[in-house]
Amino acid sequence: MTAASVMTPLAARVARVDKETHDTFTLAMESGNGVDLPRFRPGQFSMLYLFGAGELPISISGDPEKPGELVYTVRSVGQVTYALVTRKPGDSVGVRGPFGTQWPLASARGRDILIVAGGIGLAPLRPAIYHILRQRGDYGRLVLLYGARGPRDLLYKKELSAWSYLPDTQVLTTVDYGGVNWRGHVGVVTTLFRFIRLQPGQTTAFICGPELMMRYVVRELETRGMPAGHIHLSMERNMKCAVGFCGHCQMGPHFICKDGPIFPYPEMRPWLDRYEL
Amino acid sequence: MTAKAAMRKQFTLNPAALEQLFSVLESHDFQIVGPTIRNGTIQYDYIKGCKELPSGWTSEQERASCRLKRRKDDALFGYVPGADSLKRFLHPPELRLFRAERENGVFRILDNPAPAPKLAFVGVRSCELRALSILDRVLAEDRYPDAAYVAARRRIFIVAVNCTEPAPTCFCTSMGGGPEAGGGFDLLLTEIVSDNQHVFVAEAGTSEGSGVLAVLNPGEVTKEIMAALHEAMDRSKAAFKREVATEGLRELLYESFDHPQWDRVAAQCFLCANCTMVCPTCFCVTVEDSTDVPVRRAERWRKWDSCFTQNFSYIHGGSVRLSPKSRYRQWLTHKMAAWVDQFGTFGCVGCGRCITWCPAGIDVTEQIAALRGTAAPAASDGAG
Repeated sequence: MTAASVMTPLAARVARVDKETHDTFTLAMESGNGVDLPRFRPGQFSMLYLFGAGELPISISGDPEKPGELVYTVRSVGQVTYALVTRKPGDSVGVRGPFGTQWPLASARGRDILIVAGGIGLAPLRPAIYHILRQRGDYGRLVLLYGARGPRDLLYKKELSAWSYLPDTQVLTTVDYGGVNWRGHVGVVTTLFRFIRLQPGQTTAFICGPELMMRYVVRELETRGMPAGHIHLSMERNMKCAVGFCGHCQMGPHFICKDGPIFPYPEMRPWLDRYEL
Repeated sequence: MTAKAAMRKQFTLNPAALEQLFSVLESHDFQIVGPTIRNGTIQYDYIKGCKELPSGWTSEQERASCRLKRRKDDALFGYVPGADSLKRFLHPPELRLFRAERENGVFRILDNPAPAPKLAFVGVRSCELRALSILDRVLAEDRYPDAAYVAARRRIFIVAVNCTEPAPTCFCTSMGGGPEAGGGFDLLLTEIVSDNQHVFVAEAGTSEGSGVLAVLNPGEVTKEIMAALHEAMDRSKAAFKREVATEGLRELLYESFDHPQWDRVAAQCFLCANCTMVCPTCFCVTVEDSTDVPVRRAERWRKWDSCFTQNFSYIHGGSVRLSPKSRYRQWLTHKMAAWVDQFGTFGCVGCGRCITWCPAGIDVTEQIAALRGTAAPAASDGAG
């Protein structure tokens, strides 16, 4: 990427928009109209620009092995996200990036993988899951613990179900509020820990979700004897540039955009429990 | 005088040669930015010729106060400048990032920003030069360079002046600097003004500076002039009123996260963001988007932003830093601690602008002293 283009988006073509839940949609962008979309690594994000409306950091949720395609899962909660999810195929959406660090899939090779996701936090973890399933022999057990507000908020339901039937793979979901037809777990995501066998010495954990949830998950993992260096978190802060000069995403000494968003837990530990940091 | 400065060849220029300097710079297509009187203060602005320099004026500064005052002499650089630093020109408050146009849902980017003008800065202090080198680390030498800054920065010419008249708000000597410019200039002037002489000692810092200096027919320096120069600088160094103890400052800030002083300063702070606007190194920006009424054309602008605003830290669900104390703490901790981790230097050069331009009279040197648990050193009201 040249210096001149770092703040200028590519006008990428929307290929399709799929409804995931009542408020969350997955947009697939594809190369075309003279725009070649870049490759990305699992855990990275893009800045998505909506013509005249604004720009937001959005994690890439698609398959890293599919060149020419970038997929984003977006919850419609504001003006720009609403405009994003109401795009039609053929419309353009501005894309900058990909930016940021990746899940440490290379150094986790040969180890068990524990993935803990909360809400839309599952989106930046999906590319890592795709990678692990594609290179299945490179990794040990895969455990996915996923918490959402309610049954209607669960993302990627068909994939969750399909993954749960795979060998050496355990997928557990829980919701905060069940409702009468829900037969699954109810409670925060840490309540799922009693259902899994964790080998702390040979597991690498990838965590993404609300900060409060991540704090409790880390506490749970440390209680179970997991070394801090094998725990990795994906952080979120306000971002206007994604390249370290708008200043908005600072958390202590870290710029979430360029030093993260994925951090080894020891780098985040001094800052996580500081309210209003 | 540093060893490096002592080795540079020094010449003299009279005030008329300074006028010629402006013509030479203009003939090289530079737009000249220098201190001048605007809105009742001395500010950097675009100027034409020496006559627009604030000859015979000075600027009295204290906390929450900046007043123009007549001098007894005709000094051209007898003051520290006002609110704005070179930041306003090299990292401007508003910059259009691009325009775009849309038809049938498909948009295209129309342009990038216009090429940067050639700027020559006159009357630049040591603190400004050090601030510029800090901005370089942030905007030019980090992983991603800011294209607009790099383009503007590449084309500048700097005529620095040694600071013979620090304000009571200044504390550059604490922050690793001092009234003498150590480097980062093309030309350096020291103004010597007394009852019987008005002369500038000039030295070049770059080959471009040497070239310009040669055209001005500089004179030889005499022993008397050198003695006057040393006396002026000694007087300047003795004039500093404020200081900050910087040893262990980074650790102090990180460890003071729960210090009650943050509540006390928050009770004074208006969250007006003045300190961040006038700071020569505060670089934070936001972006704003706009369209025409039929939403066919759009523009994206970059604007200065401040960590003192509530929206600065907004993520879905609310702002991370809601309380005033968390915002003041973020600012000071970034300046004096996180900046060291991020860019290998404090984000402060001790120019004192945040003290002068804080309408609540908050003094950063006192805040740091309070965090240390020591009395604010020689920084009581009305000092100087």
